[in-house]
Amino acid sequence: MALITDYLVQGCQMLLILLLAPLLTGWVRVIKARLLRRRGPSLLQPYRDLFKLLGKDVVLAESASWLFRIAPYLIFAAIWVAAALVPTFAAGLMFNWTADLIAIVALLGSARFFLALAGLDVGTSFGGIGSSREMMIASLAEPAMLMMVFTLSLLAGTTELSAVAHFMLTAEVGLRVSLGLALLALMMVAIAENARVPVDNPATHLELTMVHEAMVLEYSGRHLALIELAASLKLLLYLSLLACIFAPWGMATAGAGLIAYGFGMAVYLIKLAFGGLLLALFESSIAKMRVFRVDEFLGAALMLGLLGALLLFVSRGL
Amino acid sequence: MTLALLLALPMVLLAAGVYAVIAARQSNSSRIVYSISLAVSTVALVAVLAYLMSGQQPETLQLPIGLPWLGAHFRLDALAAFFLMVINLGNAVASLFALGYGQHEKAPERVLPFFPAFLAGMNLVLLADDAFAFLFAWEFMSLSSWALVMAHHQESANVRAGYLYLVMACFGTLALLLAFGVLAGPSGGYDFDAIRAGHATPGLAALVLILALIGTGSKAGLVPLHVWLPLAHPAAPSHVSALMSGVMTKVAVYGFIRIVFDLLGEPVAWWWGGIVLALGGVTAVLGVLYALMQHDLKRLLAYHTVENIGIIFIGLGLALAFQGNQMYASAALALTAALFHVLNHSLFKSLLFLGTGAVLTATGERDMDHLGGLIHPMPWTALAFLIGAAAISALPPLNGFVSEWLTFQAILISPELPQWLLKFLVPAVGALLALSAALAAACFVKAFGMSFLGRPRSPVAAQARETDRYSLTAMFILAGLCIVAGILPGLVVDGLGPVVGLINGSIQLTAQHNQPWLTLVPIVDVKSSYNGLLVLLFMAISGMLAALLIHRLGSSAVRRGPAWDCGFPDASPATQYTAGSFAQPIRRVFGSVVFQARERVTMPPPGDPRPAKFEVRMRDPIWDVGYAPIAAAVVAVSTRFNYLQYLTIRRYLGLVFGALVLLLLGVVLWR
Repeated sequence: MALITDYLVQGCQMLLILLLAPLLTGWVRVIKARLLRRRGPSLLQPYRDLFKLLGKDVVLAESASWLFRIAPYLIFAAIWVAAALVPTFAAGLMFNWTADLIAIVALLGSARFFLALAGLDVGTSFGGIGSSREMMIASLAEPAMLMMVFTLSLLAGTTELSAVAHFMLTAEVGLRVSLGLALLALMMVAIAENARVPVDNPATHLELTMVHEAMVLEYSGRHLALIELAASLKLLLYLSLLACIFAPWGMATAGAGLIAYGFGMAVYLIKLAFGGLLLALFESSIAKMRVFRVDEFLGAALMLGLLGALLLFVSRGL
Repeated sequence: MTLALLLALPMVLLAAGVYAVIAARQSNSSRIVYSISLAVSTVALVAVLAYLMSGQQPETLQLPIGLPWLGAHFRLDALAAFFLMVINLGNAVASLFALGYGQHEKAPERVLPFFPAFLAGMNLVLLADDAFAFLFAWEFMSLSSWALVMAHHQESANVRAGYLYLVMACFGTLALLLAFGVLAGPSGGYDFDAIRAGHATPGLAALVLILALIGTGSKAGLVPLHVWLPLAHPAAPSHVSALMSGVMTKVAVYGFIRIVFDLLGEPVAWWWGGIVLALGGVTAVLGVLYALMQHDLKRLLAYHTVENIGIIFIGLGLALAFQGNQMYASAALALTAALFHVLNHSLFKSLLFLGTGAVLTATGERDMDHLGGLIHPMPWTALAFLIGAAAISALPPLNGFVSEWLTFQAILISPELPQWLLKFLVPAVGALLALSAALAAACFVKAFGMSFLGRPRSPVAAQARETDRYSLTAMFILAGLCIVAGILPGLVVDGLGPVVGLINGSIQLTAQHNQPWLTLVPIVDVKSSYNGLLVLLFMAISGMLAALLIHRLGSSAVRRGPAWDCGFPDASPATQYTAGSFAQPIRRVFGSVVFQARERVTMPPPGDPRPAKFEVRMRDPIWDVGYAPIAAAVVAVSTRFNYLQYLTIRRYLGLVFGALVLLLLGVVLWR
């Protein structure tokens, strides 16, 4: 019985993030529109877009190969699995131990690898510009993220997320310099990885500034729907990660019962809404930077992460 | 018993080499030689696997050849057996590939005799149990591979590569010779048992470590001794490049482990680990940065070997640091990570070189700027190459990720190290490792994307055909092994247990095979776990579920249309990104510092008929700082002494007389 409940909770988590992800994207868009004094689209617009795309034919470029057709499924699967492994409303779920934080980072890397390849597949200069810039951004963002993982796992003694979340709830954490640095690094990486302003602009269609949008320019129909959904899932993943590590309050423990789960869910939704609000505020208050200033931005994130890890190597108390 | 068999097999290979000298020009000789190599390597692989599985005691054998007072000692233990498995697997697959690929060889008489000799040499290095046999086999391996590098000697670049390789190999062997000399001590006990029994003083042991690093590092491609590698590995025929990069570098790693972990015994000082770690970290990042700047596919792969050697040496350096502090459980993790990466790198690097060989056969090109779109005519080669590229970029659920994950875990338990220098060094090396992993992904997006994706950039790429069955089988064996090692890492770690135990005071990782769901849990009390099998399963299920639901409920129609052209129709394939332009952002971010990369655009004003020009200048810091001055000094000294060549016979006799007097004086004074 307990086993079945475990499976059920795990299944719920997977479905929940899938259903929530477009809502989060819609929420950020609404807030951004309101900050610009626009009415903006409805909260449910991302769902409508997805359904519309799913029903449409795929128009493939003549030079597209089989890789171009399977890449959306691979990208979606990798990001969905990665997102499902991040504890959201409850920690210590059935399969949390399948992959630790390093593996989650690497799964996102897998998705990025195939997205960049898909960008190159058709053989237009747009795909190339997107892929090459994306890999440059990733070559700094991924190590920065791993340095943040180092900091956390040196503190918690493990790289497993559930255990990290559990550790962050205990009293011995307190306010630490290294954690502050890690938080800053993770937020910077999250902005870059999700193609948000100031690194990239999710709403742009100006060729010279596109990164993510340039890579997916040739996608249409159900393929595009999957990629859009994967992008929403990735945003949700990063916000869940921030919530799980730096604000684990209210998260239910394994097998805690329905009420605890319900409470955890409500708290999680509040955290997400707050995170989306902050993101929209930040995006609206800053201008997009030039592509070749992104390396300074992410280099700073990498150095912050490294500094955090270094502090912990020197003393566990920092 | 196994040892006798393993010694007999290289003899068969040598006989095949002799046969090839006589019969190289016959049409079926290549088939015969490669079949023999394949059969011999397979037998050796099976024998070694049986030996490893059964967990037998070391076997020794002494033959009355070699130096009269020493004889030739041979030994098979778990460490040698593991490396024998790695190299014979590589040998077997490369031979299988060559059954198809070798048919296209224009000068078979320059390849066939040396190929089996090269395989035999590598086998003998691993079996040697005295310094003479080791060095003899090592030189034999170097020279036979040099002959293979020079197989296409008409190209001047290959001649230069061969020359540089020869110089560096001699230098490396000199260092090893000195290392063994120091190890043997004044009594001259050159067999490994005598060396193990003796204990070097700390100063001498450190000297041996440095010499071993130079000697084996120059063969493996440690920065700054790597300069020959990216020139020589690509110069050889592709199946030989696969062996040199995927397998021979592992023989060098074996040499390092044998000398430092086995012969020297307990590390005396913690700073040994520090040196190896720092070298490994620098090698990893510089290797991948060099690789990113290349547009020759084979040279890119060769530079990438340098990166992977760096990762292996990071693991070995951590192990030395832990052993120097008597932390054997942690050292076991670091060693497991390093050895796992040895296996992984031999799998995916061989696979990638074989894939490049297939591309070379199909198009005659290895410059990525002339390739493109090969995924259409060569879908199977593309799939195998893609698996190799994903594996080497450390993407889960493939095998490259597992060894990097284990290395990260080893780094994460190292704050326990007491020394301050290591406390600063280890996280820095961790950052370098993370950086190199991310850059590797960029590098292989470039390698695969430029060669296989997009539209053909040249007519030869447009007319390519899929490669032959043998080559495809060989590539898919390796690709399959990359997947298996990635999803069942626990079994590999268990297999590595005895090897790690042998060089780590019989302490190894806990057995993994009884973990639930075949999860990898290297250190029980840390609880970090990874399960490649479930990750693959989840990805497969969610991907297929999505595909099924969408095709059932949504649309499944596909239309073909032209790509979006921004209103400028019929864009030429030349408008695509090239290898150089793909790497441009990374070149600007990293290369402007490391390689002092400078870009210059010359844009003539409108009306001026001169073409616009874009130039990139890069400097190789290691060559400019390390090698160019030495080469200049050698040239300067030899120019100065050049006049000695044109003396009269009278003066020569005078010189001889003078030298004789000086030497005799020296003898008299020294007495």
